[in-house]
Amino acid sequence: MPDWLPARRGKETPAADAALWTKCPKCGEVLYGRDLAANLYVCPRCGHHFRMHAYDRIASVADGEFVEIGREAVSNDPLGWSDKKTYPAKLAGDREKSGLSESVVCGFAKIGGHEVGLGVMDFHFRGGTMGQVTGERVALLLEECRRRKLPCVLFTASGGARMEEGMLALVQLAKTTAAVTRFMEDGNFLLVVLTDPTTGGVAASFAFQADVIVAESKAMIGFAGRRVIEQTIRQRLPDQFQTAEFLLDKGAIDMVVDRPALKDTIVRLLEYVAHEQ
Amino acid sequence: MSNNIIVEREKGLLHLERRIADLRAASAAQPLDMSDEVAALEQKYREILSELFGTLSPWEKVHMARHPARPTSLDYISHFDRFDELHGDRHYRDDPSIVGGFALLRGRPVMALGQQRGRDTKENLRRNFGMPAPEGYRKTSRLAKLASRLGLPIVTFVDTKGADPGISSEEHAQSEAIATCLATFTAARVPIVATIIGEGGSGGALALAIADRVIMLEHSTYSVASPEGCAAILWSDAGKAEEAAARLKLTSDDLFRFGIVDEIVPEPLGGAHRDPVAVVDRTLDVVDAALTSLSALSPERLAEERYEKYRRMGERRAEGLKSSV
Repeated sequence: MPDWLPARRGKETPAADAALWTKCPKCGEVLYGRDLAANLYVCPRCGHHFRMHAYDRIASVADGEFVEIGREAVSNDPLGWSDKKTYPAKLAGDREKSGLSESVVCGFAKIGGHEVGLGVMDFHFRGGTMGQVTGERVALLLEECRRRKLPCVLFTASGGARMEEGMLALVQLAKTTAAVTRFMEDGNFLLVVLTDPTTGGVAASFAFQADVIVAESKAMIGFAGRRVIEQTIRQRLPDQFQTAEFLLDKGAIDMVVDRPALKDTIVRLLEYVAHEQ
Repeated sequence: MSNNIIVEREKGLLHLERRIADLRAASAAQPLDMSDEVAALEQKYREILSELFGTLSPWEKVHMARHPARPTSLDYISHFDRFDELHGDRHYRDDPSIVGGFALLRGRPVMALGQQRGRDTKENLRRNFGMPAPEGYRKTSRLAKLASRLGLPIVTFVDTKGADPGISSEEHAQSEAIATCLATFTAARVPIVATIIGEGGSGGALALAIADRVIMLEHSTYSVASPEGCAAILWSDAGKAEEAAARLKLTSDDLFRFGIVDEIVPEPLGGAHRDPVAVVDRTLDVVDAALTSLSALSPERLAEERYEKYRRMGERRAEGLKSSV
């Protein structure tokens, strides 16, 4: 574990309090926090992949140091949104719980000795939704990677565009897509790892633009949410529908990988592009 | 009963319209001059119209945008000088919820594209209520790429609740189809003018709306999700759609203020369908003027300015700020 990680972990990260017990939602096994963290948040009994926090994810793939960019960009409240809580109050609550300043963490790291841009979304912050800052940070990362001729690795986890920022959130699809397009036109390589869940606007923008798309085992991936589809067609969907394995079968992604093998897979893929970067 | 609150409100007006027409006919057939009565009824009609539609709430605009008689993409495109529809995604099938093809607008060759809902139940079933499948977005990408290569400006009409949420659409990678469409529009080396003519819902609408100039009809709506979708996502209650409509800031005035929309086309009292030909003509004039001003820019400059336009939207000043952990 890198020495910077503990300070970055939010209150709700199981390993933040090593004495915390977590029950596997899949098999019911009761897991000790420290063991779960050491096993990359994969249940040792049934292989269930827990949703990972961004900084834990970064620590799991980066060789050591991680230089973050864009951290100071924080959201405003463009619509003056308020329902049960005001939008600024929702943001403050999520910052407190997750230890994150927004739904994505971006920066530079080495993976297997290869210098890359690394962006990691976190479902624990506003359901990983893409707001102005999410789009801003992803675009900034891609522009920096383009300038430095580095490959970029993005981990996605998102419920889509963020409702509370309205159209200003939706146009982040355009912003990120445009940044990816420019980045690619210059011959740079984009690798996206889809993690549970990746849906809506993030799936329909930079995620599915990638050169190579890897998904974590059993991750839920789709455009429309399962509930929306079931309501539209008025029937229950099969369990396998919109899983990583389903998408592999349909030809939408390149490979499905278990989390423990993920870093090796990324390193192997980067080796093919390192020579020209 | 219609589930459209604007249609419901128009029912009483229809009665009045019929009476005015009857009175006019009677007046023409007889030597008796009834023009005073006709004028009085017309005056009353205008008063009621103004009372009913003078100011519209966001929720009322949602219903106006979905009005069954509101001009659709083909109503605009059929007023071009010429239109030759092209079909198919070259992979799987033709999606009738998106129409596209070569067209002449005020003498200018363009590529016209639009989401197309049905004007009656039968057509709606065929066109999937204007909700495009991946095949529709792939057709759009194909035609947009063709336009970019041939130097034809792209003119789009946006009118959809959103992309189709169905099994087949997921199986055929709706996300990839939309992402590719967005990428194609951001990189196109020709002028793009998009007009939001009805409902602009979510990524499925944005896929045809990345443009150098975004025009919006006064009572159209454009939002991150449909009000029903937003209410279901945030509050697990689609019944709170009216509240969502108010919060989403989806009207043309709001979006002009945010810089998402560049120009608003006014509508007659009561909505575009009350004088469709005039609205279509006025809109096409605005599109034509936008194309004329954009035609002065080089392909490189166009792509650069479009990139910068979207790059600045919702910018939160992250540049140059770095911290090490």
